Amino acid sequence: MSAFFANFGQTTAFVLISGVVLGSALGATFARSIVHAAFALFFTLLGMAGYYFLLGADFLGITQVIIYVGGILVLLLFGVLLTSRSLDQLQLRGRRSYIAAGLAGAALLALLLAAVVFGPWKSAQPAIPEQTAAPLGRLLLTDYLLAFEFSSVTLLAALIGAAYLVRRREK
Amino acid sequence: MPIVLEHYLIVAAMLFCLGVVCCLGRRSAIGILIGIELILNAANLNLIAFDRFVMSAPGRQVFDGQVFAIFVIILAACEAAIALAIIITMFQSFGAIDTDVADRLKG
Repeated sequence: MSAFFANFGQTTAFVLISGVVLGSALGATFARSIVHAAFALFFTLLGMAGYYFLLGADFLGITQVIIYVGGILVLLLFGVLLTSRSLDQLQLRGRRSYIAAGLAGAALLALLLAAVVFGPWKSAQPAIPEQTAAPLGRLLLTDYLLAFEFSSVTLLAALIGAAYLVRRREK
Repeated sequence: MPIVLEHYLIVAAMLFCLGVVCCLGRRSAIGILIGIELILNAANLNLIAFDRFVMSAPGRQVFDGQVFAIFVIILAACEAAIALAIIITMFQSFGAIDTDVADRLKG
């Protein structure tokens, strides 16, 4: 009986989060002004964190909120503000190219859905682990140490490169 | 009805296609960046869903999907920083962030 209720709660949470994520992703894609699209993206990213919590990946859920919502989205909004002189030009393309993009997206969606529905997925449903941060940290510093160090160097290079690109140029 | 792997895959496929439409349809560079974020999030959802529903040996928990997702988030942060720098440079030299206007490589 309690398993039934656990399933029911999980299904309800999944449906609610899916509504938020897909609705706001539609808004981010089709909103006319770029500021509205950025705010719709805010709800998409929060909903993704909800998915991660639902999947038992609580460390990644927190990371998603801190980095995406607190970092990348703020950066996006800064970009919008710094280039706000062309705010009135930030519209969609003409109707014709948007229809072409929509058709391409629909074809891609049909292909992916066919792959998902007819694919031979053999999935288990193991128990959700009690803790995720400790095993993740252990993996990052043992099996994935090289990739971890490389990613830190990449991050440093990206930040230096960004600062170099937007430096004040002397004429 | 319990939620299984396929549900997450379907949601991620929809998110991915919305991101592709956003990339193709928008004119402004920031709009294209928003589409790329949607695509990366769809990929992350796939990785974490596979991590959750993977068939692991008994007594051993697999976290490789979550580690991959961490690397995706790190690279997304790099990409956002570089893209914003490029967009601001583009705004300084073209006066707009319309991708149809910026058709010269030499500023």
